[in-house]
Amino acid sequence: MTGPGPGPFLLGIRHHGPGSARAVRAALEQCRPAAVLVEGPPEADAVIGLAADEGMRPPVALLAHAVDDPGRAAFWPLAEFSPEWVAIRWALEQGVPVRFIDLPAAHTLAPGGDDGERLAPDPAGTAPGPDGPKAGAGTPGDAVPRLDPLAALAAAAGYDDPELWWEDAVEHRRSADGGDALVPFAALAEAMTELRTAFGEGDGPDGARDLVREAHMRLRIRDARREFGAGIAVVCGAWHVPALAAKRTVAADRQALKGLPKVKAAIGWVPWTHRRLSRHSGYGAGIDSPGWYGHLFHAPDRPLERWMTKAARLLRDEDFPVSSAHVIEAVRLAGSLAALRGRPLAGLTETTDAVRAVMCDGSDVPLALVQDRLVIGDVLGEVPETAPATPLQRDLSRLQRSLRLKPEAASREAEFDLRKDTDAARSRLLHRLRLLGVDWGEPVRSRAGTGTFRETWRLSWEPELAVKVAEASAWGTTVLAAATAKAEARAVGSAALADVTALAEHCLLAELPGALPAVMRVLADRAALDADVVHLAEALPALVRSVRYGDVRRRDTAALGKVAAGLAERIFVGFPAACAGLDADAAEAMRGHVDAVHQAVTLLAPETAPETAPETAPETAPETGAPSGLRHRWSGVLGVLAGRDGLPGGIRGRAARLLLDDGLLPDGRAARLMGLALSTGTEPAQAAAWIEGFLGSGGSGGMLLVHDERLLSLVDDWLTGVPPAAFTDVLPLLRRTFSAYDPGVRRTLGELVRHGGPAGGSVTRPGARPAAAPPLDPGRAAAVLPTLRLLLGLPDPSAPDPSAPGPATPTTPGAAR
Amino acid sequence: MPGTEAQARSEARSEALRPHAEHAFAEELKALAAADDRPRPERWRLSPWAVATYLLGGTLPDGTVITPKYVGPRRVVEVAVTTLATDRALLLLGVPGTAKTWVSEHLAAAVSGDSTLLVQGTAGTPEEAIRYGWDYARLLAHGPSREALVPGPVMRAMAQGMTARVEELTRIPADVQDTLITILSEKTLPIPELGEEVQAVRGFNLIATANDRDRGVNDLSSALRRRFNTVVLPLPATPEDEVDIVSRRVDQIGRSLDLPSVPDGTDEIRRVVTVFRELRDGVTADGRTKVKSPSGTLSTAEAISVVTGGLALAAHFGDGVLRAGDVAAGILGAVVRDPAADRLVWQEYLETVVRERDGWKDFYRACREVSA
Repeated sequence: MTGPGPGPFLLGIRHHGPGSARAVRAALEQCRPAAVLVEGPPEADAVIGLAADEGMRPPVALLAHAVDDPGRAAFWPLAEFSPEWVAIRWALEQGVPVRFIDLPAAHTLAPGGDDGERLAPDPAGTAPGPDGPKAGAGTPGDAVPRLDPLAALAAAAGYDDPELWWEDAVEHRRSADGGDALVPFAALAEAMTELRTAFGEGDGPDGARDLVREAHMRLRIRDARREFGAGIAVVCGAWHVPALAAKRTVAADRQALKGLPKVKAAIGWVPWTHRRLSRHSGYGAGIDSPGWYGHLFHAPDRPLERWMTKAARLLRDEDFPVSSAHVIEAVRLAGSLAALRGRPLAGLTETTDAVRAVMCDGSDVPLALVQDRLVIGDVLGEVPETAPATPLQRDLSRLQRSLRLKPEAASREAEFDLRKDTDAARSRLLHRLRLLGVDWGEPVRSRAGTGTFRETWRLSWEPELAVKVAEASAWGTTVLAAATAKAEARAVGSAALADVTALAEHCLLAELPGALPAVMRVLADRAALDADVVHLAEALPALVRSVRYGDVRRRDTAALGKVAAGLAERIFVGFPAACAGLDADAAEAMRGHVDAVHQAVTLLAPETAPETAPETAPETAPETGAPSGLRHRWSGVLGVLAGRDGLPGGIRGRAARLLLDDGLLPDGRAARLMGLALSTGTEPAQAAAWIEGFLGSGGSGGMLLVHDERLLSLVDDWLTGVPPAAFTDVLPLLRRTFSAYDPGVRRTLGELVRHGGPAGGSVTRPGARPAAAPPLDPGRAAAVLPTLRLLLGLPDPSAPDPSAPGPATPTTPGAAR
Repeated sequence: MPGTEAQARSEARSEALRPHAEHAFAEELKALAAADDRPRPERWRLSPWAVATYLLGGTLPDGTVITPKYVGPRRVVEVAVTTLATDRALLLLGVPGTAKTWVSEHLAAAVSGDSTLLVQGTAGTPEEAIRYGWDYARLLAHGPSREALVPGPVMRAMAQGMTARVEELTRIPADVQDTLITILSEKTLPIPELGEEVQAVRGFNLIATANDRDRGVNDLSSALRRRFNTVVLPLPATPEDEVDIVSRRVDQIGRSLDLPSVPDGTDEIRRVVTVFRELRDGVTADGRTKVKSPSGTLSTAEAISVVTGGLALAAHFGDGVLRAGDVAAGILGAVVRDPAADRLVWQEYLETVVRERDGWKDFYRACREVSA
C-alpha cells in the first residue's frame, strides 16, 4: 500500500526486532517524513522530549499507571534496537514531530477495560497495551495461547518454529545498499493482509481490542495528515498495517471508541534492563535474546565472528581455556550447521550449539554464563534526573493518608488491636514495609500481655527512608506488589531452611497471599533436599505455629499445613537413624527435638485430618494419610525409638514416656520397657539417662511414679541393685531428675519408699492407689461427676452409666495440672 | 576372501545375537542413498542431511519409512553429524545408558557404511590397539616391513577414509589416550620402525564415547580435549519419550531372548519410568515436590533392564501379567546402590510421594514389602 509516492508510509515492524529497526531507519532516511507516528499511548507525547536527553540510555520503558491505583500499570519497554526507539530518536534528531497513536492509557488502564485487573499482582509480567495484543505481528512466542498468524506464515515457508522463520526472513536480512528501503515493508504488509483475510479480523482473545485500537490509530493518523500533510511515517506492529491502510469513515471509527471506560492515568519513563526485557523474567511478550539482538543491531559486519570472539573473551575472563583456534572452529561449526539446517545465516541456535560443542566441552555450565551475560545481557537503562516520582512512593502516600498513619520523625509507640480493620491494615502495611527494607516501624514487645491480636510498634520516619522507598520501587508499583515480589525473591535466594520458615511466618503477618505459594514451594524444596533431620526438626515447630497463627487470623493455610505435613513425614523417615551414635550433649539436644516434634505433630494432626480422610480403604488405613495418620506414624516412630537398642537412653526413655502419655503403650509394656532399660546388663549411666528421659525434668514424672507403683518398684529395685562404684556415677543424673519435682511429690515418693512402698512384687494393678492412701470411696467420688460434666460440656448429665469416670480419666491428669 | 568363508559369515550374521547396524538397517540405508541428492563430503555414503534423517527417522519421497534410531533432540544429532563433516573429531559424552554407543555405531554405519572399525577402551587397552601391532613370526623371519605390520582399526580407517570409533575413551590409560593427539591434529600416524607414516585420506574421522559419571576414569588431557567437538547426549526429555524408548527396547530384547510375551505392561512401564525420572531429576513429575536423588544413575538403560527383569518374572513365576510386585525388587536394586544413604532416600520417596499418589497403592505396598 505504500509506494515511494506520497504517504502515509506504514512501516510494519516486530517489536524489539533489530532487523526491523535497521529497516525502519533506512526507510525514514529515504522518505524523510514530515512527522513520525509511533504505536504507543498518546499521554506519552508530553514526555517524549526526554528521549533526546543526554541522560536517557535505553533500555527504558514508558510506565503508565492509574493515578488512584498505582497497581494498575502498564509498561512499554524500548531497547536500543527497538524500531520504535530508532524512529523516535531519528525524529528527535531531525527535529521532526513525534506522536503516539495507540489507545490512550486512560482507557487501557480503566477497571472495566480488558486486562487492567490482572496487573496488580505482577506488574512486570503483563503488558496490556504495548505488546500483548501484538503477538500476531511481532511476538509469536507469546506465552498466551492464541491464534498465531505468524505460525501459519512460517508453516507455509516450511518452518516449524515461527520465531526462527521471522529471524531468517526479516531480522537476519541485511538489506543491500541502494535498494528501495520500502520494499520489505510492502511485502510484509501484503503477507499480513493475506493473513488477516485468512484468519478474519478481530479473531483471538485480543481481537475486539485490536479493532478498537486500530480505530483510534486511524483517527490519529487522520489528524496528523491534516496537520502535516500526507508525508508522514507510521511505525506500528506489522499485524496492524492492513487495518491502518483500510478506508473507514470517521464516524465508524468514532463509534468504535464510544463509551470506553476511563481512568486518570499518569505516565513517565523508568529505567529498564535487558533481563526484564527477556521472557525469562516473566515479561510475557518479551524476547528470548535481547543481548543477541543488540549485538546484531550494533555489529557493523561479520556478526558471527564478532559474536564468537565476544563469547571467547567472556569465557577467558572466567578462566575457561578458550583459544582463537576454538573461535575458528566454532565459527566453522555454526556455519556448517546453518547449511545443514538450510538457513541463510547462522542464527542464535546454531551459534549456541557451536559454542557448546567447541568452547564449552559440551557442558551447559559455561554455556549458561554465555546465555546469561551475552544472550540476555546485563545492560541497565538510565533515565534523566527529571523523571517523575515513583508509583510506589505515591501508593505509600495514599495508604498513609487512608490509614491516618502520618510519617513523623519523632519516635513514638503505637498499639494495634488486630481485631479492628484499620489497625490490622496498619500492621500489614508496616510488616510489608519491613519486608521491603523500609524500617519505618519496629515491632516491640507488647506490654499488654501476649495475646496474638495485639501488636506494639515503635514508629519513626527517617528521611533516608524515602531513598529506601525509591530503591524498593524496583520491586513493584504498589506496596503489596513490591512486598510480594521481594518476598518471592528472598525465598529463592535464602540458603537455610529456617530462613524460609521465618519468611513464611513474615508473609502471613504481612498478609502476602501472592507470595505464599512461591515461599511454600521453596520451603518444600529446601525441606526435601535438606538431609539433616535436626534442621527439619528445628523448622517444624515454627511452621506449625504459622499454621495455627494463620488460623487465628482467619487465613487459608491449607498449603502451609500440607508443607508442614510433608516436613513431618521426612522427619519420621530420618529420625531413628539420626538418633544413633550421638554423644551425651547431642542426645540431650535430640531429646528436645523429640519433644518439639511431638508437640508440633499433636498441633498439626487435626489440621491434616479433613483433606486426606476420604480415600482410605479399611485395610490400608494405617498406611495412608487418614485423620490420625500423621500421629499414628509418629507414634510408630516413637515405638521404634523406644524399642531400639543402641540409641541413647534419654531418647528411648522420652519416647516411651510420650507413648505412655498418649495411652499408646499397652498394659504392662511401659513396665517391660523400663525393666529392659534398667536391667543389670545395661550400663548404669545409660539407665540413669533413660530414667531422666522417661520421668522428665519437669514435675509430671514424679506424679507418674506416685501413681504407678509398679514403675516405682522397678526404679526402686534398680536403684538398690546399682553397684556402689557405679552409684556415684549415676547420682548426679538422678539428682538432676528428682530435684526438679515438687517438694510435695518428693515427700510422697520418699514416704512410699520408706513404707516398703509397693511391698515387693505384690503388684495389684497399674494405676492402683499408693498403699499409703485411703481406698477409693466410689460414692464420694461420684459426687463430683455432675460438676465435671458441666465443666467439660458433656451432653448427658443424667446418663445412667456408672462407669463414666473411665473414659474421662485420661484427661484428668492434664486438667489437674 | 574365499567364498565359503564369506557365506559362513553371512549365516553367522543372521544368527547373531546382535547384528551390526549397517546390516540390520541395510534396506533403509540403501533407500536413503537412492533418495539423497544433496552434496556428500568425500567418501561419505550419504549426505549429512541423510545421515541426520537416518538417525532421527522420517519418510522418504518414495514412501520408505526410516525408523528413528535415536529419540532425542534433533540439535544433538545435527551437531554430531556436522562435526564429522569438519576435520574435528566427535566426542559423545553422557551418563551411562544414554545411547552413546548406539549413536556412534549408527553414525559410523551411515557415514562410512561400516561400524566395525572399533577400539574398545578398557583399563588395559595398549597403544598397539590404537596404532598398529606386529605379526611377530614375520617380523622375526624377515625383519620390519609393511607386511609384518598389523594395522589397528584407527590406522585402517585413516588409510581408507572411514570413520573409526573409540568406545569408553576415558577408561583408557592417559598415556595411551594421548596417542590419538597426533592422529587427530596431524592426521598422520608415523611408523618409526619403518621410517614411514600413514596419512589419513579425506573422509577419515573419529567418534569417541565417554561417560562423565563413572568412577575410576582417566580424564582427557586438555591437549586431546581440544581436538574434539563435544556433544552431550541428554537423558530423555519427556516421560512420553522415555516410555516410548523403554517399551520399544523391552520389546526388542524380549523377542531376542524369546521371553514369553506378556500383554500390556505399559502402565507398569510408565510407573517405572516415572519413578526413575523423579528420582533422577530430584523433582516429582508434576514439578511440585522435590525429592532427594540417590547415588545411582538411574538411566533409561536401567529402566529397560528393570522392566525386562520384571517381564521375565511375570512370565515364568507370575500370572503372566506385569504387576507392581514384579518390578518392585528390580527398582529397589537399581535405586539403592549405597545401602545406607540410598535406602533413606528411597524410603523418603516412598513415604512422601508414592504413598499419596492415586492408584499407586499396589505399587506402594509391593515396594514396602521388598524394602522391609
